[in-house]
Order: sequence, then C-alpha cells, then structure tokens
Amino acid sequence: MKVAVIVFPGSNCDHDVYTVFRKTLGMATDFVWHKESDLSDYDIIVLPGGFSYGDYLRCGAIARFSPVMREVIRKAEQGAKILGICNGFQILAESGLLPGALLKNDTQKFICETVYLSVENTRTAFTHRCSEGDILAIPIAHGEGRYYCDPDTLSELQDDNRILFRYCTPEGMIVPEANPNGSIFNIAGIMNKSGNILGMMPHPERRSDKLLGNDDGLKILGSMIEVMTENVQYA
Amino acid sequence: MKAKINVFLKPGILDPQGKTVLNAIEHLDYSGIQDVRIGKSIEIEFATGDKAKIKRDTEEICQKLLANPVMENWRIEFEE
Repeated sequence: MKVAVIVFPGSNCDHDVYTVFRKTLGMATDFVWHKESDLSDYDIIVLPGGFSYGDYLRCGAIARFSPVMREVIRKAEQGAKILGICNGFQILAESGLLPGALLKNDTQKFICETVYLSVENTRTAFTHRCSEGDILAIPIAHGEGRYYCDPDTLSELQDDNRILFRYCTPEGMIVPEANPNGSIFNIAGIMNKSGNILGMMPHPERRSDKLLGNDDGLKILGSMIEVMTENVQYA
Repeated sequence: MKAKINVFLKPGILDPQGKTVLNAIEHLDYSGIQDVRIGKSIEIEFATGDKAKIKRDTEEICQKLLANPVMENWRIEFEE
C-alpha cells in the first residue's frame, strides 16, 4: 500500500504531509507532480495545503484542471482514500468531489492559530481512531476557509453524518465564538457520500508529533492507514 | 470581438470585502448607502468573428472556470 502526496505549483505543506506518512506512520510515500496522469500504484492520495497557482482566480480553481486531477477522480470512484487539507480541500470542492465552496474568512484576515474540533462522527475511515466526544486541537492557516453550501446540501450533509469536524471551544461547545472564519454550521471538515474523500481546513500534519504540542492529527492520518491495512469497513 | 464578464458572489452570501469598503465609505461621511459588493471583471479577446460560437464558448468558460456556480453569479457583455 502506498501514499501519494500530490504536488501542485505553489503547494507548501507537501513535505510536512510526506514526513508524517513516511517517517511517523512508516508508509511508503511518494511525491507526485501534478502533471502525472497515473496513480494506479496508490491507495491513499493527499492533496496538501499551500497556494496552488498563487490562488489565482479562486483558491483551487486552476489546480482542479491539472492533469493529475482526472486520475484523482478516477481513483476516487474506485474507492481510494483521498484527503484534501486546506488548499487541498479547496481543490476538492472546486473539482466537485466535495459539495460546497470555501470563501474568504468573514474577518477578512488570514488566520493562523490552533483551533478546537469536535469530532462529529467516529465511524468513518478518517476518524475511527477518535472516541465519541473527542476534541482535537489542530491549527488552521488560511484566508479562505469559510465553508459555504446551500441549505439543501447542508441538510443532506447532516442527515448522512458527513460533517466530521466542527469548530468548538476547548471544552467542546459548538458556538459562534468558536467559529474562526464564519463557516456555515461551524463546519471544519466534510466527507463525500461514499465515505472515501475528506476535505478539512485544519492541518492534521502539523499536530502529528508530541514535539509539536500534541499528536491529535495522527488520529486522522492514522485512521486512514488502519482502514486500508486492517480492512475495516464503514458504511 | 471582446467578452466582458463580471463575476459576483450570489446575493445573500456575505462579502466581507464589500462590508469593509462600506464601513470606509461611511467613515467618509457619506450616508444612505445600503450595500457594497465587490466582484471581478474579466475581459476575453476573441480572434475569430463567429458570434454564436463566441457566445457559447464564453458561457461555457464562465461555467467551468471563471465563476464557481456554487457561490457566484456572472454577467456577460459583448463588444464588437
């Protein structure tokens, strides 16, 4: 089993993700340049954070047309586990693999700080290492992270339990004050219908070593590995 | 032929940049302004003169790339 970290021009969290998967989790991991068109060797694909194409036009709007994205969509249909972090989430939303869009923060500021995430569904390929009621402390670093979708999409996400993370206080209260960017329903991360694609604004790779404060991020990245190696299935 | 495209956030979606500019206008002591929305203006210069094709292509380009239909609307004007 292998992990691909896709590198777009302007990706800048690619090395962090690579280091966590390769060194911390001990997985065979490769960087894959966005011009590649074959991902058949990979079971886990990560679209890392950064500023692909300088965020021109809209964040992720140009990257979604990179040659590798056609292959990411094909792998997604085959059930590969796909994680988009920050700019990666924006690219997944732009490409239609996840519903909704990410808009400029309501504060107008680029926010770089640790936030608290309430884990809303622990029975997924991305969160099964978490326990019910877990609160993860993971940093965000974005200017365009305000999740938006129309009311029908929101109720569909709720009904299907596809909202995996919501911004909360350190005590786990999901309140407007804990919402850093104005995201609808305090949404920090969502999953697709088939349960194999996760997009999230916070950066789990930046909290995957006790040296960096905590390793809450490993609960997410480690879940992805476990679900593939131990063949755990989630509805 | 030239296509002039304006892209705006859909009505009802908060435009924090517009809000900030509205505050600044009020600081200049202008009153009676209800809202300010900031969008993008894009011009595409076409080499050929086939109007029907240009119109069709422009609409498709907006749909696929220049705007995100989830959050934005667009208007197109053509100039000879």
